[in-house]
Amino acid sequence: MARRETKRTGVFTRRALIVAGAELAALGGLAAKLYQVQVAESARYALAAENNRLSARLIAPPRGRLLDRAGTPIGGNRTNWRALLIAEQTLDVEATLDNFSRLVPLADHERARIERDLHRHRRFIPVTMREFLSWEEMARIEVNAPDLPGVVVDVGTTRLYPFGPTLAHLTGYVAPPSEEDAADDPLLALPGMRVGRAGLEKHHDEALRGKAGMVQVEVNALGRVIRELDRQEGTPGAEITTTLDAGLQEMVLARLGEESASAVVLDAQNGEVLAMATNPSFDPSLFNSGVSQAQWAEWTKSRRTPLINKAVAGLYAPGSTFKMVVALAALEARTLTPGERINCPGYLDLGDARFHCWRHGGHGLLDLRGGLKNSCDVFFYETARRTGIDHIAAMAKRFGLGTRLDIELPEQRVGLVPTRAWRISRGHPWNLGDTVIHGIGQGFLELTPLQLATMAARLASGRAVGPHLTRSVNGVLQPGATSASWPSLGLPDHALRLVREGMWAVVNEQGGTAPVAKLGLPDAQMAGKTGSTQVRRVSRELREHGNFNSAKLPWEFRPHALFVAFAPYDAPRYALSVVVEHGNAGAEAAAPIARDIMLEVLRRDPSGHGPAPRLAEGPLQ
Amino acid sequence: MMEPRLWRETSFGLTAKLWQINWLYVLLLCALAAVGYTALYSVGGGSPAPYATRHALRFAFGLVLMLSVALVDIRLIARLAWPLYGLGVGLLVLVARFGHVGKGAQRWIEIGGLQLQPSELMKIFLVLALASWFHRASHERIGNPLFLIPPAVAVLLPVGLILKEPNLGTAVITAVVGAAMFFAAGVRVWKFALIGIALALAAPLAYSHLHDYQRARITTFLHPESDPLGAGYNILQSKIALGSGGMWGKGFLQGSQAQLDFLPEKQTDFIFTTLAEEFGFVGALATMGLLTLIVLGGFAIALRCRHTFGRLVALGIATNFFMYVFVNLAMVMGAIPVGGVPLPLVSHGGSAMLTTMLGFGVLMSVYVHRDVTFADQRDDL
Repeated sequence: MARRETKRTGVFTRRALIVAGAELAALGGLAAKLYQVQVAESARYALAAENNRLSARLIAPPRGRLLDRAGTPIGGNRTNWRALLIAEQTLDVEATLDNFSRLVPLADHERARIERDLHRHRRFIPVTMREFLSWEEMARIEVNAPDLPGVVVDVGTTRLYPFGPTLAHLTGYVAPPSEEDAADDPLLALPGMRVGRAGLEKHHDEALRGKAGMVQVEVNALGRVIRELDRQEGTPGAEITTTLDAGLQEMVLARLGEESASAVVLDAQNGEVLAMATNPSFDPSLFNSGVSQAQWAEWTKSRRTPLINKAVAGLYAPGSTFKMVVALAALEARTLTPGERINCPGYLDLGDARFHCWRHGGHGLLDLRGGLKNSCDVFFYETARRTGIDHIAAMAKRFGLGTRLDIELPEQRVGLVPTRAWRISRGHPWNLGDTVIHGIGQGFLELTPLQLATMAARLASGRAVGPHLTRSVNGVLQPGATSASWPSLGLPDHALRLVREGMWAVVNEQGGTAPVAKLGLPDAQMAGKTGSTQVRRVSRELREHGNFNSAKLPWEFRPHALFVAFAPYDAPRYALSVVVEHGNAGAEAAAPIARDIMLEVLRRDPSGHGPAPRLAEGPLQ
Repeated sequence: MMEPRLWRETSFGLTAKLWQINWLYVLLLCALAAVGYTALYSVGGGSPAPYATRHALRFAFGLVLMLSVALVDIRLIARLAWPLYGLGVGLLVLVARFGHVGKGAQRWIEIGGLQLQPSELMKIFLVLALASWFHRASHERIGNPLFLIPPAVAVLLPVGLILKEPNLGTAVITAVVGAAMFFAAGVRVWKFALIGIALALAAPLAYSHLHDYQRARITTFLHPESDPLGAGYNILQSKIALGSGGMWGKGFLQGSQAQLDFLPEKQTDFIFTTLAEEFGFVGALATMGLLTLIVLGGFAIALRCRHTFGRLVALGIATNFFMYVFVNLAMVMGAIPVGGVPLPLVSHGGSAMLTTMLGFGVLMSVYVHRDVTFADQRDDL
């Protein structure tokens, strides 16, 4: 045992010495490395004498531009001279700030903001002291540079929206990043960086932002650059060409006048959004530098909700514009045959409930075409009753109603197309009476004007086109630009034709509900459908009293006016929807607007109303 | 020869043990802590708050802990080795399930307000467990591969758990400490070669399982200039700070790189750069000399000890300390990827200080009890 122990001790001693030797060698290696970094290569860092330092600076990439379909900028940048402070380059931040405010007065809140920013960022990140410097202010700062260590005058950019309020709901706007934003992407800590907060600016934020470049410079103790050591250019933000026609948009917004309203114009063949106007609007540039409290209060308190893009976030019952969907659901479910006639005595009785037609005396015997043309309520009460809500809801979803569309606007709301299961899940039974009123687009239905325009486009083209705003990114055409890229709705042609014919009759036939929408062109006709939806329940007594007149109600209780349409009737190319809040009646308030918009759309169509898509890419300035 | 041994074993009172403590070694540790105090004083902006005072208090507490452990009979520690090992594994499992997530990794648990990093404790417990295993073994049995399987599992289990946290740095240190003990216990060299080949083959596979931030560290290490404001920032600034220190340094409290907040984690992982910048190559080398003396002192205690358990424990603890020092310094100099390993007794941080001093307590217990005989020399088991 003793011998074994001795032998083991020997092995241990030998090996322990080997381990110790290896560790000693490793530490020696580190000492050599330290000598190399600290003494031999010390000169390479050139930091010995006067506290010279290396400093790396990020170069903010210019934010990408937004263009309309013809290449006109709708969101761009303009130069902005600004004073920055780099904390690591001054020994006394307070003194620098004092000196600076003697040249360019800083208000107390500005100074507080600067100090907060300095505290938030690493010391090599420049902090904005003042933006939009005048020429004089700039000169004063440059002349006094020796008293202002760490202060750098820098040319940056700020966001500019040439069309201002006209396209505000589409471009959206940018604002300075929040602390959380900056934590996600170090690039955002740079002065002048902006984050998209709404609309296309928000949807395409990452693409528009680009990638930061970097310069490595050697600076002296006062922060003056001695030489540039390395430079990596960043990638500018992507240039995004939209499907929008800025000229058309201007006209549409002007036509909406003083109404609280929205209008959407789509290319029915490929879903491109040509115009999407919401009135009233706001100036998106104001968000760039910060919105005043008074302005903010005015916007948020207005009953006409300027900040809300009503085209995608306004929810309305579709009213009679929903009747095409009901008809197609019935045709598909074979609860209505194409030639079948239904009698309208002016009301439909269901149990002890009576549902009225808008025309007091009724329409008599009507087929589907007549039902649409006259917008007969009883015809669609009965059709809905036979078909059932679930068939109707399924058809509505095929037309994009109550679904999330692939539109590049984060503000989009989905709305609601109810089903039996939905109602039951809320703890209520689904009654046949509910089905009946959904036949005329009332009840629980809540849809956006964009969904209605999409419905019109799909009716017109027979394809499941999806509305979209992005045509190309950096010159690369995005998918969905051609009609062929959209699948068919899978509805039989004769059914679609029947419904389109009814819509044609609404506008163009004697006795239709919207003769006012007649285009009066020799070669193009418009087909459409009116809708009016109550925002307040009209009591039976009032209705039966006979002299009920919704136009005399206070504004906020008047019905909404809706109109959906497509044109030209014989070769559908464009689809639109117009919703005028509290416009009283579709034929009265919405149809004339729709007519004027469609006339402008066709006037601007270079091929008259031909099928060729416009590929014009104007010169990029 | 028999007389003094008998005397030691029979009348080995507390006072006698106190005399047996290697006070020179304790003095070395105090000197290192003083270096830490100086650096933290500088990093705190020339003030004992917020780092230096707390550092001193923690060291004082750690010193008491160390001396208390030093007085515990090494044979008792040997008996507790495996239960402690079980406790360590249990804590690692706990941390995986309930631990605090900090900087993307789950490493900490909190016990009664005390933050604990079980992977640190685990290394000491692993050293004890392995020492206890090989202590029982005859030289012949160590040649038997089957006999090596349990201790190999005992190493791999905690290494796997630490990797999962994920804490690559500590996992590597644990594995290397384990390997050093296998080697010192007399395991054949060719077996290590075999494992080395296996590891080399497994490396690409392991890389694919690394976390994104760990891969970023490796890429950054290979090309620090590729990302100078991201992950490469630390290494670059650290090198600039070292380089600007030069041969003689800028002087106490004069280090601009560290003072001006260029350095991230300057009070923890990158504390050495402050020393190197302010006291130059000379000061940095002196600090490294001190660290080397402490490592070699551990080996001296190992060689001086008369029982296998103590020898292996001392070697394990010395190597553990060495690995800390090596990984930290190499990281600061940009020689290996950044790994979140503090410089023991110098960096700011309570948990690391406590476990380090616990380790030195065990080491000192080996020294105090260097001549005891184990009643159960279990060669025959």
